[in-house]
Amino acid sequence: MSNNTFTRVEDSPTGKKLAGPVGWLDDRLGLAAAGKKNLRKVFPEHWSFMLGEVALWSFVVLLLTGVFLTLWFVPSMGLVEYQGSYKPLYGIEMSEAYASTLNISFDIRGGLLIRQIHHWGALLFVAAMMAHMLRVFFTGAYRKPREINWLIGVGLLSLGMVEGFTGYSLPDDLLSGTGLRFVDGMIRSIPLVGSYIEFFVFGGEFPGEAIVPRLYIAHVLLIPAILLGLVGAHMLLLVYHKHTQWPGPGRTNENVVGYPMLPVYMAKAGGFFFIVFGVLALFGAIIQINPVWVYGPYNPSEVTAGSQPDWYMGFSEGLVRLMPPLETTWFGWTFTWSVFLPAVGGLGLVFTSLALWPFIERWITGDEREHHLLERPRNAPVRTALGVAAMTMYGVGWAAGGNDIIALKFGLDIFAITWVLRIGFFVFPVIAFIVTKRICISLQRKDNETLSHGWETGVIDRSPAGGYAERHAPLPVEKAYALTSSREPLPELESERPKKADAKGVRNPKYRKQSLRHRLREFYYSGSVDQPSREEIEHANEHLVGADQHPIELGEDFQGISETGVPRVH
Amino acid sequence: MTKDVESTVGDPIADPGLPEHQYRPQDVDAKFERRTERQIATMFGLATLLLLGFCVSYFAIDSDVRIFAFGDPSSGTAFGGWSAQNFALGGTLGGALLLIGVGIIQWAKKLMGDHEMIEMRHPVRSSDEDRASVMAEINAGVNESGIARRPLIRNSLLGAIGAMGLPAIVMLRDLGPLPHGHTNTVWKKGMRVVNDVSGTPIKPSDLKVGQLVNAEPAIFFETDEDGHPVMHGHEVAAAKAKAAVILVRMRPEDITPAKGRENWGVDGILCYSKICTHVGCPISLWEQQTHHLLCPCHQSTFDLADNGKVVFGPAYRPLPQLPLAVDSEGYLVAVSDFPDIVAPSYPELARDQKKLDEKFGGDA
Repeated sequence: MSNNTFTRVEDSPTGKKLAGPVGWLDDRLGLAAAGKKNLRKVFPEHWSFMLGEVALWSFVVLLLTGVFLTLWFVPSMGLVEYQGSYKPLYGIEMSEAYASTLNISFDIRGGLLIRQIHHWGALLFVAAMMAHMLRVFFTGAYRKPREINWLIGVGLLSLGMVEGFTGYSLPDDLLSGTGLRFVDGMIRSIPLVGSYIEFFVFGGEFPGEAIVPRLYIAHVLLIPAILLGLVGAHMLLLVYHKHTQWPGPGRTNENVVGYPMLPVYMAKAGGFFFIVFGVLALFGAIIQINPVWVYGPYNPSEVTAGSQPDWYMGFSEGLVRLMPPLETTWFGWTFTWSVFLPAVGGLGLVFTSLALWPFIERWITGDEREHHLLERPRNAPVRTALGVAAMTMYGVGWAAGGNDIIALKFGLDIFAITWVLRIGFFVFPVIAFIVTKRICISLQRKDNETLSHGWETGVIDRSPAGGYAERHAPLPVEKAYALTSSREPLPELESERPKKADAKGVRNPKYRKQSLRHRLREFYYSGSVDQPSREEIEHANEHLVGADQHPIELGEDFQGISETGVPRVH
Repeated sequence: MTKDVESTVGDPIADPGLPEHQYRPQDVDAKFERRTERQIATMFGLATLLLLGFCVSYFAIDSDVRIFAFGDPSSGTAFGGWSAQNFALGGTLGGALLLIGVGIIQWAKKLMGDHEMIEMRHPVRSSDEDRASVMAEINAGVNESGIARRPLIRNSLLGAIGAMGLPAIVMLRDLGPLPHGHTNTVWKKGMRVVNDVSGTPIKPSDLKVGQLVNAEPAIFFETDEDGHPVMHGHEVAAAKAKAAVILVRMRPEDITPAKGRENWGVDGILCYSKICTHVGCPISLWEQQTHHLLCPCHQSTFDLADNGKVVFGPAYRPLPQLPLAVDSEGYLVAVSDFPDIVAPSYPELARDQKKLDEKFGGDA
C-alpha cells in the first residue's frame, strides 16, 4: 500500500545508504541523467513477449555451460587410443575431440549434465528465437520504426543456426561426421568454385584434420562474439523504441502501459532466467540427448540408419531429400542442382525473404507511420496467410527431413511419402494460404458483427408469438476499444488506379511500376473488410438498447451462459 | 514538419482509459502478505538445501551407479538406466534454480508494487532543427576535409583501401591445397578386396546369393617390413571416404550389365562404391529381392543389378562399379581403379570424367 506522507528521498533509509555510492559513480560516469530515464522504464506485459526472453536466457545458459565444456574439450582430430572408463570403446582409435567428449560424459563429474544442458539449451535457443520471430511477424511488430531490429533478429536466427551446427559437429562422432560429410557434398555443389572451397575449408581432402579446430574457434569465439554484439544491439533498440503493446483500455499508439523495470521487470526477467536454466537443468538430468558414445567415432565408410540433424536443420535436410535428381554440364562445368538448390538455395531463400519482407510490405501498403500497437493477425489477412503458407512449406520440408522415420513408424512406403511431400511442397502452402486468409476475413467480419450487433448473451427470449431470439448486449467499451484501436482503415483502391496516360494524353513514365504496386495492393487488401465507423457502432448500440424491451439485470460480471445454463461469472 | 507519434487514424471508439486498479489480497490483508512472504522465503530456503544436496551428490554418488524406474536391470527389460549421478546433480540443480526463479517472480507478482504506469512515447525521428544542424555539421566536415574537391587524394585512398582486400584474400590461400585427387582412389590393378573390419581377403565362395559384404581395399590393412601400417591416420580416413566398397552376390541371370561391363563381376558378385554420389553418405541398406541399395541419408536408391542406376531419390549419377577378378590364390581383386568418379559431384566432374574415359579407352 502506498505511503502518502511525503518524505524527502535524502531522509529515506535507501537515500541515506545509497546516496554516497550513487554520487561517487555519477561524479565519474555521469549516468544519473540516463538512469533517471531508464531505471523505471515501463514495459508492457503479455505472455508472448516472453518468447524472446526464453531465447535470451538460453543464450546465457549456453555461454555459461559452454565455458565449462571448454575446460576439458580438446578440439583436435589427432588420433589417440581411448583409455577412459567407457568400456565398449576402450582401446579404440579415435580423435582427441571424440575422446575428450567421452571424457566429459563419463569421467568428469557433472560433465554429462552440463553437456546435455548445453545441447538442450542450443535446441531451445533456436526454437525460442523462431517462436519469437513468428510472434513479431504475425503481430506486425516489425513495422516502422522497428525494421532494423527485425534485420538484427534475422541475423541472430541465421547465426544461431550456424552456431548450433558448428557445435553439433565438434564431438567428431559418427553422427556429426555424417553431418559434415553432407556439408562437404553441399560445398562441392557450389557452382565453379565448389572444389576450391572444399579444399580450403577442410584443409585438403575430406575429412582431413583441420575441420574440428576450425569449427571450434568459430563456435567458441567468432560466432558467439557476433551473437553477443547483435543481442546487445537488439536489446538496446528494444529499450530505445520502447516495447510494442497489445491494444486495450488506456493503451494507445502514443503511450506504453505496464510495470516499471525497477523493481518489477528486473525481478520478473531475472527470475525467469532461473526458470529457463532450471528447466534446462532438469532436461539435462532426465532426458538423454546426443549420446555420442552410442554412435562411435567417425568413420567415413560407416553410417547409422535414421541419421538426422538437429531439428532446426531438418527443414534444409528435407528439401535435399525431396529434390529430384538434377545435374547439368555447361561449358565443361558440372552444376549439381539437386544439392545446391535445396541446401544452399533453400536456406538463402528463407533468410532473404525474411529480411526483405518488412520493406516489401511497406512498399505495398505505403505506410509511413510509426506503429507501436500490435496488430491482431486477422487484421492483416494476407500477411498472416503468407506467414502460415511459409510455415506450411517449412513443415513439409521438416516432415521430409524425417521421411525415413515416418515410413518406419507408420509402416508407409518411403517413395510414396516422398512423392506426396514433393507435390505438397507446392500445393499445401497454397491451400494453407487460402484457408488462412478466409479464416482471417471471417474473424474480421465476426469482430464487426460483435461491434455493431453486440455480443450473444445466451439469454433466449420467447416472443408472444412463440418465436425465439437470443438477446444481444452491447460490447463493454473496453473490449470494443481493444478490438478497434489497432485496426488500419482500408485504402480506396479504385480511386488510386494508375493511368497509362494523363487527361492530355501524356504517357505516364512510371506506369509499369505503379501498376505492379497497385496490383499488389489489390492482392494485399482483397477480401478485407473495414471496421464499422463510430456512427455505425453508436447507432447499433442505441438500437440494441432500444430493442431490449424487457431489460434484465445482467450484472457487471455477466459473461454469458454456459452450456449447462448457469451464468458464467468472470 | 515534426510529427508526433500519431494515433491510429479513425478510431471509432474513444479510449476509455485504464481500468480501475484491482487490489490483491496481499495489499489489503496483512495476514495474506505475511503468508506470501513465508512461502517465498521457504522456496529460497529449499533452494539452498537442494544446492547443498548437489554438493553432497557430487562427492557421494559414484559415476557408474545406474537407476531404474521399474523392472529388473539384469534382464534388460528395465526402464530407465539413468546415471544416478547425472540424475541427482541435474535434479538438485534444476530444482534449486526453479525454486529461486519461481520465488523471485512470486515476490514480483504478489508483493512488489503493481500499479500500472503510463509512459508516453516520443517519435523516433529527431526534430527538424536537429536534422538541419546535423546536415550542417556533416557538410562542414565534408567541406573542410575537401574530400569532394580533391578527387585525386580521395580516389587514390579508395584504391588503396580496396587493395587492402587483396592481402586479406591472398592470406587465406594456405587454408588448404588446391583441389586434387577427385579422379582416383587407392584401388589399383590386383588389389585385394578385403572385409572392412577384419581385413581378411574374400573368396567368391564366401558370399551366398543375396549377401552383401562391406569391403575395403587391402592397402588399409597392409604393413611394411617393420610392421607399421602402410597408410595411417588421416590418410586412411580420406582414402576411405572414396574407396569404401560393397560386394553383393546376385544370381548371374538377374544382372543386366551395360556394354563393356559383362566381365566386371565374378560369378554374380559385383563390387560398387559405398559412397553415395549425392552427398557422400556410405550406403548399405540392401534389399535382397529387388537388388536395390538405399542410402540412409537422403534415400537415393540404386539398382545394383542394373549397373548402379538411380531408381529413386536426389542422386543423379549411378553408383560407380569396380571391375572385379580373382587372383592366383582365388581371392577377389580389383581389375583397375574405378572407371567412374566416386563420391559427390563437383564443378570439374565432367572434365575429370572425360580424362578417366580416355584412360580406360572409352570402353566404360
